[in-house]
Amino acid sequence: MSLLTCRDLSLGYDGNVILKGLSFSVESGDYLCIVGENGSGKSTLMKTILGLLAPFGGSIRTGDGLQPDEIGYLPQQTVVQKDFPASVWEIVLSGCGNRMGLRPFYNKEEKRIARENIERMGLTPLIKRCYRELSGGQQQRVLLARALCATKKMILLDEPVSGLDPKVTSGMYALIEDLNKSDGITVIMISHDIGAAAKYADHILHIGDGYFFGTKDEYLKSDMYRGFFKGGESDG
Amino acid sequence: MAELFEKLTMYLQYPFVRYAFIVGVLIALCSSLLGVTLVLKRFSFIGDGLSHVAFGAMAIAAVAGLTNEMPLVLVITVISAVLLLRTGQNTKIKGDAAVAMISVGALAIGYLLMNIFSKSSNLSGDVCSTLFGSTSILTLTKTEVWFSAIFSLLVIAVFIFFYNKIFSVTFDESFARATGIKAGLYNLIIAVVIAVIIVLAMNLVGSLLITALVIFPALSAMRVFKSFKAVTICSAAFSVSCALLGILISILAGTPVGSTIVAVDIVGFFIFFTAGSLKGGVKR
Ligand SMILES: Nc1ncnc2c1ncn2[C@@H]1O[C@H](COP(=O)(O)OP(=O)(O)OP(=O)(O)O)[C@@H](O)[C@H]1O
Ligand SMILES: [Mg+2]
Repeated sequence: MSLLTCRDLSLGYDGNVILKGLSFSVESGDYLCIVGENGSGKSTLMKTILGLLAPFGGSIRTGDGLQPDEIGYLPQQTVVQKDFPASVWEIVLSGCGNRMGLRPFYNKEEKRIARENIERMGLTPLIKRCYRELSGGQQQRVLLARALCATKKMILLDEPVSGLDPKVTSGMYALIEDLNKSDGITVIMISHDIGAAAKYADHILHIGDGYFFGTKDEYLKSDMYRGFFKGGESDG
Repeated sequence: MAELFEKLTMYLQYPFVRYAFIVGVLIALCSSLLGVTLVLKRFSFIGDGLSHVAFGAMAIAAVAGLTNEMPLVLVITVISAVLLLRTGQNTKIKGDAAVAMISVGALAIGYLLMNIFSKSSNLSGDVCSTLFGSTSILTLTKTEVWFSAIFSLLVIAVFIFFYNKIFSVTFDESFARATGIKAGLYNLIIAVVIAVIIVLAMNLVGSLLITALVIFPALSAMRVFKSFKAVTICSAAFSVSCALLGILISILAGTPVGSTIVAVDIVGFFIFFTAGSLKGGVKR
């Protein structure tokens, strides 16, 4: 059985349908890229998959024994209240929250994981800093480190490289690829970077007027891919 | 000065004065703990609504002629907290309207009940003390002292036990929910704890001033500290110091306890506000 199966899904906000009749499935170890124009409903789909929004119709089924607490998530935007007092360390560590069940405090292993991911994201010098006093790219890296802490089987990333400088961006792609290839973590990533999607992903879900779902090679030959690029060229 | 000191030592020889200090400190401590969560989450309006509900419940208890009002008030307030949380989750506007309706409704009904059924000759005094706290917590009965102490300790224990979860749910509820943390359950726990705190704090400062007791320590600490842990510890210390000082002043000067404590809180807030600006100014 697939890790994640969506059948005839329709979704949206407050009764407004944004997408309907969407069906696709993700196998363990897949690297799926979701692409599409602004406002096409990519983030909404991700929230629906995560159970943050209820679908209007259709079904979302998980398989292979996937539990909600084995999933990491990087939201596109995190509305953090202006004055929230929270240090980088506290936020990244909170990503381990789904590992501890009812246990009240983080154990050594969880603190090690948090420290490791802080190191990975190059945040070690900022560990004691207050989150809201960081730059946009630094904040993004904090949330990525938190998402990595929460990940055991699957990670959902909503535009992970937006706001990152080129060096960190390529490091980020390498890191995600490594998670996928060596640790066997299933990746679902929303991205506007078609080049990267074509390079790293093995499956593509393109949402637009209708949708395309298939392997990368099929996608690169599809009309939807060509249309996306033509549209982009004539716009620019 | 020596005279004041003498007066104080004399007072402290009475066990009920010592109880008052212990209870005051415990209540101040637990009301400060959830301050940050209350300030930063939409829970603040629930807190305000609940204090009015507690007032209404107090009136019902008084009318029913209960000797110990606290258990009834506690049960009604906790149930209202759970209900308010439920309605608040549907849509924002409906939730806010529900809270406003319940809180002014409870206030009106409470006063009405007290007016119609009260056997006491000093009605306005009764109402006043429910709204602004008893003229002195020295009038607490022994049962009330025990009740307050036990529930305060319970609140502190629950807070410590769920500290990390409360942080997760307060900082980013969507992330917590998405990664399999039972955010609904922890919201419920937070709401129940807030209800308990409000009922406890009613004894100390009365239902109208509760919000001050909860919010001032957190706002003050947030001016100076930047991590959740530091803010929590600092607001606890802030609240306890202000309560001690407030009770002390009120005993020596004969002022009402509740408003004295809140006045001290306000002074403390301005000190922290200035300190925060200075610190920020130097950094920038
Ligand atoms: N909270 C909300 N309430 C109501 N409608 C919303 C909400 N968030 C988004 N929408 C609408 O849903 C549609 C899809 O939004 P969504 O955020 O899923 O787009 P997206 O594909 O992620 O776009 P982007 O590439 O800009 O991130 C948009 O038309 C948007 O206006
Ligand atoms: Mg989006």
